[in-house]
Amino acid sequence: MSATTSKEMGGVGQSVKRKEDARFIQGKGNYVEDIYFPGMTYGAFVRSPYAHAKIKKIDSSKAMKVPGVLAVVTAKELAAHKLDWMPTIAGDTQAVLAGDKVLFQSQEVAFVVATSQAQALDGVEAVEVDYEELPVVIDPFKALEKGAPILRTDKKDQKSNLIFHWEAGDAAATDKVFKSAPVVVSQKTHYQRVHPAPMETCGCVANHNPATGQTDIYMTSQAPHAHRTVFALVAGLKEHTTRVIAPDIGGGFGNKVPVYPGYVLATVASLLTGLPCKWIESRSENLQSTGFARDYHSVTELAASKDGKILALRVKTLADHGAFNAQANPSKWPAGLFSICTGSYDIGAASVAVDAVYTNKAPGGVAYRCSFRVTEASYIIERAVDTLARELKMDPVELRQKNFIKKEQFPYKSATGWEYDSGDYHRAMQVALDKVGYAALRKEQAEKRAKGELMGIGISSFTEIVGAGPRKDFDILGLSMNDGCEIRIHPTGTATVRLGVKSQGQAHETTFGQIVAEELGIPVDNIVVEEGDTATAPYGLGTYGSRSTPVAGGATALAARRIREKAKKIAAFLLEVSENDLEWKDHRFEVKGAPGKTKTMAEVAFAAYTNVPPGMEGGLETTYYYDPPNFTFPFGTYIAVVDIDKGTGEFKVRRFVAVDDAGTVINPMVFEGQIHGGLAEGFAIATMQEIRFDEGGNIQNGTFMDYLLPTAVETPHWELGNTVTPSPHHPIGAKGIGESPNVGSPAAIVNAVVDALSHLGVTNIDMPVTPWKVWQILKEKGIAQ
Amino acid sequence: MSKHTVTVTINGAQHSAEVDSRTLLVHLLRDHLRLTGTHVGCDTTSCGACTVLLDGRAVKSCTLFAVQASGKSITTVEGLAQGGKLHAIQDSFKECHGLQCGFCTPGMMLSAVALLKKNPKPTEEEIRWGIAGNLCRCTGYQNIVKAIQHAGEKMAKGG
Amino acid sequence: MYPRQFEYFAPASLAEAIGLMKKHGEEAKVLSGGHSLVPMMKLRFATPGCIVDINNIPGLNKIEEKGGFLHIGALVREAELEESPIIAKYPLLMDTARVIADPQVRNRATVCGNLAHGDPANDHPATMLALDALVVAEGPKGERVIPIKDFFVDTLTTALKPDEILKEVRVPTPPAKSGGAYVKIERKVGDFAIAAVAVQITLDAKGNCAKAGIGLTNVGPKPIKASAAEAALVGKPLTDATIADAARLAAQACDPVTDVRAPADYKRSMVRELTQRALKRAQARAEGGK
Repeated sequence: MSATTSKEMGGVGQSVKRKEDARFIQGKGNYVEDIYFPGMTYGAFVRSPYAHAKIKKIDSSKAMKVPGVLAVVTAKELAAHKLDWMPTIAGDTQAVLAGDKVLFQSQEVAFVVATSQAQALDGVEAVEVDYEELPVVIDPFKALEKGAPILRTDKKDQKSNLIFHWEAGDAAATDKVFKSAPVVVSQKTHYQRVHPAPMETCGCVANHNPATGQTDIYMTSQAPHAHRTVFALVAGLKEHTTRVIAPDIGGGFGNKVPVYPGYVLATVASLLTGLPCKWIESRSENLQSTGFARDYHSVTELAASKDGKILALRVKTLADHGAFNAQANPSKWPAGLFSICTGSYDIGAASVAVDAVYTNKAPGGVAYRCSFRVTEASYIIERAVDTLARELKMDPVELRQKNFIKKEQFPYKSATGWEYDSGDYHRAMQVALDKVGYAALRKEQAEKRAKGELMGIGISSFTEIVGAGPRKDFDILGLSMNDGCEIRIHPTGTATVRLGVKSQGQAHETTFGQIVAEELGIPVDNIVVEEGDTATAPYGLGTYGSRSTPVAGGATALAARRIREKAKKIAAFLLEVSENDLEWKDHRFEVKGAPGKTKTMAEVAFAAYTNVPPGMEGGLETTYYYDPPNFTFPFGTYIAVVDIDKGTGEFKVRRFVAVDDAGTVINPMVFEGQIHGGLAEGFAIATMQEIRFDEGGNIQNGTFMDYLLPTAVETPHWELGNTVTPSPHHPIGAKGIGESPNVGSPAAIVNAVVDALSHLGVTNIDMPVTPWKVWQILKEKGIAQ
Repeated sequence: MSKHTVTVTINGAQHSAEVDSRTLLVHLLRDHLRLTGTHVGCDTTSCGACTVLLDGRAVKSCTLFAVQASGKSITTVEGLAQGGKLHAIQDSFKECHGLQCGFCTPGMMLSAVALLKKNPKPTEEEIRWGIAGNLCRCTGYQNIVKAIQHAGEKMAKGG
Repeated sequence: MYPRQFEYFAPASLAEAIGLMKKHGEEAKVLSGGHSLVPMMKLRFATPGCIVDINNIPGLNKIEEKGGFLHIGALVREAELEESPIIAKYPLLMDTARVIADPQVRNRATVCGNLAHGDPANDHPATMLALDALVVAEGPKGERVIPIKDFFVDTLTTALKPDEILKEVRVPTPPAKSGGAYVKIERKVGDFAIAAVAVQITLDAKGNCAKAGIGLTNVGPKPIKASAAEAALVGKPLTDATIADAARLAAQACDPVTDVRAPADYKRSMVRELTQRALKRAQARAEGGK
């Protein structure tokens, strides 16, 4: 698939400036919070201060007297409509409002509806709730101990706090290899609980019109169709009179995939009152109650030969899910795509086991650009490989190169059953090494070490898996993860493209137009791309897990090709030749061997409405639902260089080189921007982010004062490189870049810090790698005072 | 005295509104005057999405009461373009891909405008310190820095 | 995000403001910069019934050297301090203003407000302790000058009476061969300090330390003056050994707690480390360098 095209066309490969910018730079974005309707009401939650407690009584009488308060909804009122509990994406149930007990601090207990936001909050303050505290389960290991309080007393058959046990690979074969392996290393890691924290919090405006029966729900949604169907299944709304509109979304990162009680309550409030109801959560609520990410406690073992050939991988993970299993995973994959943890390496045997457990914390787990647990998987293998390198006294680059899946081995079937589409790991690694000047850096490190200075180099060579996914095995709550693209070419030759995915900043309005420009020879400025409104967009499963380019991008290219097929017939008719005499050249139809005889798509489009061949259906439009045959496998090598201040334990990322390969690049400018952003998130996770609880289940980082987002000052400068290894099965060879940078970067940074201290015998530091953690190590080793 | 009439000049035009003492400046802008370009991103004065210029100085409009702005002059993102022509900072953000979801962008651009006014030729380090009060999740800041450098050069040439 | 209802007053004079403070007693809170108060009100941790906004009172925003002191009025913003041409003579103040919060906050937050709040996490208290500043309060009975070492009484409690307003802080203009520095470590820019140390020294003709002021930020229930460390330096040259000794004493003077920022022993060690760095930087400045 050629990636070159003329600049005027704005096709694939061009750094076309973004269409969406025009409104954003003028402050004319249309985010959910910007939506106002006459008579609109506002909702706010009463939330539990306790992590685990019985609710003895809820007294709303004072709240009802607060000026402006219209209603106070509790589980009792919801139960009458069977809405007090709702299904989660992971097949569990979640309380919409707590009934007889609360299971995490900040859990929703009551919903106050008022005529202004301020009054709703006044009402919240006036609701009186009597709690009786119950013993709290915070440590996921303790949650599985005998005698631990059972948290989900609402589930009849729940005899412990175990949610599920899941396995992949071949345990018996793997154990066999481990038994006889000359070298075995084990690396324990905790990938800490973090939160995606997009700049815009979650919210919705629900607007039910009693006169027409229509319900419009404006929602911060990364997947509007899926949400609409879920509302229909759960709340009895009818899909043909329910419209979910995701307008402009201020960042998603997986935070806006789950269904939160706020959406349900605002909708219920609107249905009951016939007035629009707006619910916008505060930042504190966002951090304390919406979908967290990660919290995987893993033990990763590698079996290897003495000369560094990895023979097997064995992983045991304890997954802390919080109070409800509300993680957004495809239904048959309770640990998502975690079994990609063999990573970039040719490993003959692998076995992966995940135990998931309930604790008294907010629910979630799959978010923050994780590609369905791929961030966790990539982290553990890249950390373990470094541990193995240290054990074998091998350079971590050399060990990786020795074990990389070779270019010739693709498509490659991994020991856990994934078929990697394409890759050239050695090449990406080499580009990174050259760019960072690896040999010189190792020399510098040796010199510095001799002087007692601490400098580290960290490598992360990740392979990730995106583009969920083939219908056969991948669905969300049963909804197949294929995606639709509708293209309409208008008589005057411009086009409207509609998609079932939903950008939250990823430039879809530009990049998908570029695909159509490339396929149909319509200048990208003559194409509008629309997403997010279920009334008009074709069905789709939304944007997360970097699936838009692989799935919707595939649908777009194939929809365009279908149009081109019909267009070819019309062109042949207009040129009075047979179809076989025509070729598609320079973005238009040309009679073979007769360069002057051409028809542009615009000319064909006009004919489609004015002069169509006899017997042919008029018009020039189509909808294509693409079922991807496989995932795509972006990859890369990241290299971080750090310098540690021995006095304080602080470290600076002196350099960060990121070489990414996501196949065909649609818009290099957008591609780079995605990488910058993802790297910044990975850096934040590695150095400063965590959601922590004390023993009583009280959150320690529930606001931006203590849940830290780096500023431009801390964030390193990124040096990017790029190789292109197209996906052989994708219609335009593209793999999707959104999540790679968050997948690959934390390990690079942690590996770098550990590398700086490895000569002291340090083998691990759990994230976030804070100055005091480093200092603690320096103190133990007698280096700090 | 818990209800007040405030008169504020916003983007050159005078506005009057009836507010509570407790109405924040950002709510005056968004809810009363429907200037929704100024955004709310947090509740602890941490994120800067609500940044506006108050008598030329960048401030977080979520941490001032509307009554405090009475008689003062405010510039919001809606006031950057003049006579139908975009401000150099707006052009530069688009040119340099300094935005993705757009939510932090208005506040970021206003901080940049304030920075460039004080320091027309900032170094990269000075830019990063100058926008330290504005958080962004999408861009990793690198292209924002580029956009501000670009705008500085443009403005020096009279653009 | 929405405070409780309250009454708002914007008096035109200090006398009027004081009158309002007296009238409303415990229900009244002064609003100057507002960047400690308003965030607390938004989360409803603070629910004053009455706000007395002093921002419209004329004459309170002066920065001027007069009678051997730098006078910083109640309404002088951190940004104004940073931008003032006089500030080059007070490098400790310059260092401090720069690391308070972020640019937008510094456009509103006031130096005096940073003191009046009585928060050991704020930066100026340690700085003013190191500078031996004087706090000037105005109340119904007139002006009262309070030495800074008597100003911080307890956590979030100062020597200000409920009907007094902090009008001005006076920093003694340092003699020649003086230097100061503020060294702060924080989890990220804009955060409160994990620990920070303010140092102000004056050298005598022989190059020995004639005067030393050392203040500590966020390592105790209130801002700390490391008196023993100060005393250990006076009359001595500033060498690696004497600096290390002073640093050790400063670390002993602090009383940090383990919290979400860092464990207590790390904070204590950082006081030691940062005191050394601050002293070295102050020494370089006193000797004429940067």
